[in-house]
Amino acid sequence: MIVNGVEHPAPSDVRRLLSDHLRHDLGLTGTHVGCEHGVCGCCTVFFDGAPVRSCLMLAIQAEGHQVTTIEGLAADGAPLHPVQQAFHETHGLQCGFCTPGFVMSVVGLLKEHPDPTPGQIDEGISGNLCRCTGYASIRRAVARAAELSR
Amino acid sequence: MLAGGQSLVPLLNFRLARPAHLVDINRISSLDRIYERDGGVAVQALARQAAVEDSELVERACPLLRDAVRLVAHRVIRNRGTLCGSIAHADPASELPAVLLALGGNVVAHSARGRRTIGADKLFNGVFETSLAPDELIEEAWFPAFGGKHAILEESRRHGDFALAGVVRAGDRLALFGVAGTPVMGDRGDPTRGLQPSGDLEATPAFRLHLIRVLTEQAFAA
Repeated sequence: MIVNGVEHPAPSDVRRLLSDHLRHDLGLTGTHVGCEHGVCGCCTVFFDGAPVRSCLMLAIQAEGHQVTTIEGLAADGAPLHPVQQAFHETHGLQCGFCTPGFVMSVVGLLKEHPDPTPGQIDEGISGNLCRCTGYASIRRAVARAAELSR
Repeated sequence: MLAGGQSLVPLLNFRLARPAHLVDINRISSLDRIYERDGGVAVQALARQAAVEDSELVERACPLLRDAVRLVAHRVIRNRGTLCGSIAHADPASELPAVLLALGGNVVAHSARGRRTIGADKLFNGVFETSLAPDELIEEAWFPAFGGKHAILEESRRHGDFALAGVVRAGDRLALFGVAGTPVMGDRGDPTRGLQPSGDLEATPAFRLHLIRVLTEQAFAA
């Protein structure tokens, strides 16, 4: 499978979740694991260009496919991805645990709706939980990210 | 049988399902079509819910189905989850089995022994139980085209959660979900007749019956 542009062999354990494979085998610990049943959205990654829950896929299923994690959005030392920059500017994070998942979901949202309405923003982040309840600034971050992406 | 995995993988993660073998069908090519057939829309086993949501054919021929898919979890889940998987999973609080029932659709079950068509009214046996044999796959689900008055209304604690109770209206037909072991047909004049919904932390049986009465009234007021 190709993760952030680098080819990796599939794991030998066919029962390994994609989220665990990314974190434990590839050391990409930016993908967080919250609930492990698809509710919290912290483990969201891109799979062939669309955001999915990495805790609801077996790693072996990603063989031959493209995976992008939060680490793949901007290289070390390079400018932040517009969505990351927007979260930074608008204080769209508090403890930061949910942030990688939110950022990946918002990248997906802006691909489908480059100029989202407030309703589309709410719909687009409704599948991610922020335990700090920082939703107001996350909404602002999405609007700012749309501006920065133009 | 693993397609989208948005219901099965959580069950595996929680060790609630411990299958000896898991067959992943995702690498079967040409099983992800959404196409017109017999005056309706056929959705194949690997068609993602997001693809159904975005389908022009579904929007034109069966807008009720599109409305229902939008109530299924969240877009990120729908990017992976399949419509046929939701039907095979047969969660009694799920929207898509109720839509199949309300519209009088069917599924094509395929096994090494051949294919057979199962009507929605013969498919759902109980909570997470269908009349599919262990070796049968839902190859596609078929929804008759319907452009008449329709609505799908539900109440849930949070957007994207399973419904506490919900109703589907297709013309004069009414299907109810979340209030029995399977989706059930209801009578618009007396929608709660014969229902004995279960209670849990989120809703009492009486509240679920109340929701059915209110939602049915709203569905037919449109």
